[in-house]
Amino acid sequence: MRRVLGLSPRRLFAMARKETLQLRRDSRSLITAFLYPALMIVFFGYVITFDIRNINVAVFDQDHTQRSRELVEAFQAAGYFRVTHRLDRYQDIQPLLDRAAVRMALVIPPGFQRDLSAGRPAPVQALVDGADANTAGIALNYAGSIVTAYAARVVLRASQRGAPIVAQSRVWYNETLKSSNMIVPGLVAVIMMVIAAMLSSLTVAREWDRGTMEQLAATPVHRVEVILGKLLPYLAIGLIDVIAAVVIGRLVFHVPFRGSPVLLVGLATLFLIGSLGLGIFISAATKSQLLATQISLLATYLPSLLLSGLIFDLASMPFALRVISLVIPARYFIVVLRGIFLKGVGPEVLWVQGLAMIAFAVLGLTLAVRAFRKELA
Amino acid sequence: MTPAVSLRDLTRRFGDVMAVDGLTFDVAPGELFGLVGPDGAGKTTTLRMLAGVLRPSTGDALVGGVSVARDPEGVKHRIAYMSQRFGLYTDLTVRENIDFYADLYEVPDAERPARLQRLYHFSNLGTFEHRLAGQLSGGMKQKLGLCCALVHQPEILLLDEPTFGVDPISRRDLWLILHDMVAQGVTVVVSTAYLDEAERCDHVALLNQGKVIALDRPAVLQESLVGDMLVVRASDPRRALERLRAAPGVRRAALFGDTIHVTLDERARDWPGVREALEGAGVELLDFHEIGPGLEDVFMERVAR
Amino acid sequence: MTLAVEVRDLTRAFGDFVAVDQVTFDVAEGEIFGFLGPNGAGKTTTIKMLTGLLAPTSGTGRVAGFDLRRESEAIKQRIGYMSQLFSLYGDLTVEENIGFFAGLYGVTGPRLAERRDWALEMSGLKDYRRRLTGQLPLGFKQRLALGCAVLHQPPILFLDEPTSGVDPISRRNFWDLIYEFSGRGTTVFVSTHYMEEAEYCHRLALMNRGRLIALDRPAALRARLTEPILEITTDHGPATAQALQGARGVIEAAMFGRAVHVVVEQAASAAQTLPAWLETRGIPCRGVTHVRPSLEDVFVSLVRLEGGAVAG
Repeated sequence: MRRVLGLSPRRLFAMARKETLQLRRDSRSLITAFLYPALMIVFFGYVITFDIRNINVAVFDQDHTQRSRELVEAFQAAGYFRVTHRLDRYQDIQPLLDRAAVRMALVIPPGFQRDLSAGRPAPVQALVDGADANTAGIALNYAGSIVTAYAARVVLRASQRGAPIVAQSRVWYNETLKSSNMIVPGLVAVIMMVIAAMLSSLTVAREWDRGTMEQLAATPVHRVEVILGKLLPYLAIGLIDVIAAVVIGRLVFHVPFRGSPVLLVGLATLFLIGSLGLGIFISAATKSQLLATQISLLATYLPSLLLSGLIFDLASMPFALRVISLVIPARYFIVVLRGIFLKGVGPEVLWVQGLAMIAFAVLGLTLAVRAFRKELA
Repeated sequence: MTPAVSLRDLTRRFGDVMAVDGLTFDVAPGELFGLVGPDGAGKTTTLRMLAGVLRPSTGDALVGGVSVARDPEGVKHRIAYMSQRFGLYTDLTVRENIDFYADLYEVPDAERPARLQRLYHFSNLGTFEHRLAGQLSGGMKQKLGLCCALVHQPEILLLDEPTFGVDPISRRDLWLILHDMVAQGVTVVVSTAYLDEAERCDHVALLNQGKVIALDRPAVLQESLVGDMLVVRASDPRRALERLRAAPGVRRAALFGDTIHVTLDERARDWPGVREALEGAGVELLDFHEIGPGLEDVFMERVAR
Repeated sequence: MTLAVEVRDLTRAFGDFVAVDQVTFDVAEGEIFGFLGPNGAGKTTTIKMLTGLLAPTSGTGRVAGFDLRRESEAIKQRIGYMSQLFSLYGDLTVEENIGFFAGLYGVTGPRLAERRDWALEMSGLKDYRRRLTGQLPLGFKQRLALGCAVLHQPPILFLDEPTSGVDPISRRNFWDLIYEFSGRGTTVFVSTHYMEEAEYCHRLALMNRGRLIALDRPAALRARLTEPILEITTDHGPATAQALQGARGVIEAAMFGRAVHVVVEQAASAAQTLPAWLETRGIPCRGVTHVRPSLEDVFVSLVRLEGGAVAG
C-alpha cells in the first residue's frame, strides 16, 4: 500500500489505464484527438493568410509613354497584382470597382514621363476598393512600395551621382514575411487548447451520465487520483499532437524550427496540464456531457482565437480587451511557440511566459480538484 | 454484539421531498438484511447514504463502525456497493473491469489469481473473460457487478436491486451467490421490490415513502397478519374478487395472479358463510385452502392502515 | 374474429445482434395479450416494431389491419402507446400534459373537455390537476401516462412494462384499469417481467433472448409442465436447495421465497423420500406440499428444455 503524498500510485495508474483502454476503443474521441488537430493546422494554415496574391487591377494609362508602360510592368512583375483591364475612359473605372471585377485601379496622368524626366513630382493615382479594409490597406502598401522602388530606379538611372538615402529593410526571423510562419506556430496553441479542453470536458461528465461515477465514488479512490489518472492519457495525446504539429509545420508549410525541442515539450506540458485541468473542471462542474462540450468550446475557442494575438495584434486593441488578454493562457503560449519556432530563443527570454504557464497549470489543476466531488450531492 | 450497520434517524431531503425520513435500525453482522419497498420508498437513497456516496441531511449511520456523516471515505474500505444502474464500464472487458476494481481496492498481487478463479467459478463468467461488459446479458452484467464488488472481500455488501428485471435463472444464481457470502460471514444489505425475494432475508425492513412501516423477521411479520388467510381459485377470478370484496366478513381480497388472497374478518372468520354467498351469486369455486400470508400480503396490509 | 395484431417471422437485428428472432403470433381483438420475459429478451424492440417506431429487418406484420412497414403512420393514429421510459413531461402540470397529448392526437373541443375529465378521474388526480407531474409518486404517474395514451380512445393499446417499480397496491389498481379497457373492447398488448402479472393476461407469449419460447393461455402453459412440483419448507432454504440438487428423483431444486420448489419425477414417492433425505443431512423438514407450478417455474423449465442456460 505505497503512498506518495498521501496518494496511491496503484490506484492512480489504474485510473489512467482504464481511461486509456476506453480511449483506444472510442473512435470518436480518437478522431478528435488526432485527426482534427492535424486537419485544422493544415486547413487554417492555408486559409488564414495575410499574403495577398492575384489582386485584379485596372489600368487607365493616359500617358502612353515608355515610362508609363514600365511602371505598369513593374506592377505586374511584383507578383501581387494582375492587370486585367486596360481602360480608355475614367468613367469605366467605377463600374469595375462596383462589381469587384477589380480591387484597384491605377490612373497614370498625361505628362507622367515628361514630369519624371524634368525631375518634377509625377503623381500616380491608385483607387482602391476599401470595402475590405484589410486587403485595401495591404494592397495600397504594395502599390506604394512598387511605385517608390520604381521611382528610385528612375532617379538612379537619371543621375550619375551616388544613390540618395535608400532604406534597406531587412526582416528578421521571417524574412519572406510568410504568413504561415506567423500563423502556424500560433495555431498550435489554439488547437491544443481547444482539443484538450473538449476532450477532458467529456471524461468526468460522461461517467456521471452513464452511472459509472456513482459506482466509482463508493470505492476508496481519492479525488486527486481520479483527476490525475484521467489527465495522464490526454496529456500524452496532447504531446503527440504538439510533435505532429511541428512536423506538419515543417513538411507542409516549411516553417523553420530553430529552438530547443526540450523546452517546447516542457512548456507544452505545462500548457496542456492547464488546459486539461480546465476541461476537467468544466466537466465536474456541469456533470452533463452536453453542457460540458458547449461550455468548453465557448471558454476556449473564442478567447483563444480572438484575444491571444494569433490573428489580431494585441497592441492595437482597446485597453479593456488588452487587460482581458492577460488571462488568456494561449497568449503566452503563442509567444513561446513563435519564440521557439522562429527566433530560437530560450528560457532567458521566455521565463515570463514560463511562469505564466506554471501558473496556468496550477490553476487548472486546482480548479479541477476543487470542483470534482465524489458525492452525488 | 455490535451491529455491522446501525442507522440513527437517518434522513435525506431533496428540496421539499422527504426521501428518507428518520430511519433507525440495526443490521447484525453476518446477516442477510432486506430493504423492501416500491419505487420511491427510499431504498436507493438509503443505500447511497450507507455507501458514503450521498450525504445525509440529518442523522447518521455507522457502517462497520465508521460514521457516514463524519467520515464517508472511511466507510469505503469496508464495504462494496453495487448501484441500481449497471455501474461498470461497458467498453472494458470482464477481466479489465475486475482488475480495475482490484486495483482500486489495492488487492495484493499475490492473491489475485486465486480470487479471480473463485469469482469466475461461481459466476460462470470465465469463458467471457475477454468480452466487453456491454455485450453481456442482463443477468451476466449483474454477476459481473457482484464479482467486482467481491474481489476485495468486503465485510459488508450493499446491493441496490441487484435482480431487477433479470431473468429468473440468473436471479436464482445471484441469490445463491448471496447466500454463499452470508454463509461466509459477510453482512449483506440488499434492497428489492420483489417481495417474494424479501422472504429469504433474515430480517426485512418494509419501507414506504421514506419511512419504515415494518421491521422484523419475515416469518414474524407474516404471522402477525391478523385474521386467517385463504387462497381461493375461481373460474372467473375477477367476478369472484368483486363478490368477495362485497361480502361481509371479508376484510380484504386481492388478486395474486389467477388466485385470490382473502383475509377474513377476525371476529367472524366465517368462511363457510362467505363461500355460500359466493356460490349463491354463481361464482364457481375451483379450490380454496388456508395459506400463510406472504410478505406482499403484509405490505399491502400495513400500507392500507 | 378479426385480428388486432398479426406478425409473421418478425425479425430485428442490430448489426450482429439479433434482438428479435422470427417471432410469429396473432392477437385477437379485445384480448389482453401479455409479453413476458426478462430484460433484454426483445419485448421492447418488438413493441417498437409494432407501433411503427422501428422498422423490422425482415418478416411482416399488421396492426389494426395496416402493414407495419408501409403504413406505419396509419398505425400510429389507431393505437395508444405507453413507453417504458417515462413519456410525460415532469415540468408540466397534470392538466398541461393531458392537454399536450390531446393536441397530439387531435382531441379537441368539447371532446377534449370530456376526455380530460375522464383522464383525471381514472388516474385519481382530479384534485391534483395543477400539480407538477414530476412531483407525483410513480404509481400516479403511470396511471396518468396510461390516461394520456388513450385520450383518443384507440382500439389497440401497447403498454411497455407499465408497472415496473410500482408498489403492489398501485400495480393491482393499474391492472384493474387494464381490465376495464379490455372489457370495453380495447385490445391490450402489455409487456412485463413480473411473472405473476402474466397471470392477469388472456394469453401469453414468453420471450427469451429474442425468441418466442411459448405462446398460450396461462393455465395451458402451466399445464404443460408435466413434472410435478413440491414445495418444501425448512428452517434453512439455501442449504435445503443445495442438498436436494443431488437427491434421486429430483430434476431441479431452487429457492422460492423462503421455501424450496423442487421439480421431481414423481410427486408421491418424492414426498416420501425427500424429507428423509433431508433429515439425514441434518435438515428437519417442516412441510411438503404439492403445488401448482408458478409461471416462473414454467419459464425456467421451458428454457431448460430448450437446452439453454440463459447465460451469455
